[in-house]
Amino acid sequence: MSVKETITDKLTAAFSPTRLEVIDESEQHHGHAGWREGGETHFRVKISSPGLAGLSRVERHRQIMGVLQAELAGPVHALAIEVN
Amino acid sequence: MNPVNDMIDSEVKGSDVVLFMKGSPAFPQCGFSGQVVQILDYLGVPYKGINVLESMELREGIKSYSNWPTIPQLYVKGEFVGGCDIVREMFQAGELQGLLTDRGIEFERKTATA
Repeated sequence: MSVKETITDKLTAAFSPTRLEVIDESEQHHGHAGWREGGETHFRVKISSPGLAGLSRVERHRQIMGVLQAELAGPVHALAIEVN
Repeated sequence: MNPVNDMIDSEVKGSDVVLFMKGSPAFPQCGFSGQVVQILDYLGVPYKGINVLESMELREGIKSYSNWPTIPQLYVKGEFVGGCDIVREMFQAGELQGLLTDRGIEFERKTATA
């Protein structure tokens, strides 16, 4: 399973999002720190979920990053998060 | 006690605005750290930049200090504000400026770019 699929599956299971986009932006960071051949190092997540509404910005991000702890400690160098 | 944690705690509480980042404010070594530097510089906020690349212990220690797994990390008056996305969203919404004003921190510009 690709990292993108893993991120999508974990976020879907955790938050039952009404909207979820997982975008691999690795190419935009070509040659930068953390970039690797083959991509899947820099991701942007756009998510809407009732479960995240009512939380502070910091708490939303903490919850999302908590679900993706293994990925952030492993292959994922950077994760941009947009919660709507 | 954990000496790295104590060092971080004294840095966080030692200046009004503290940015833990990769590289220095003059030479950010990561685009995300660079974005926060640009925002703070644009607003004319005095801040202390701390380069986590200088020490692996610091780089890991700041993550557990704040329970936040990524860098950059911005602190205002000892309080964790957020990382790059949160700082940018708050800046664009004027909330960052509001927070600084509430905490009594002087800065030059009050609004995002028109």
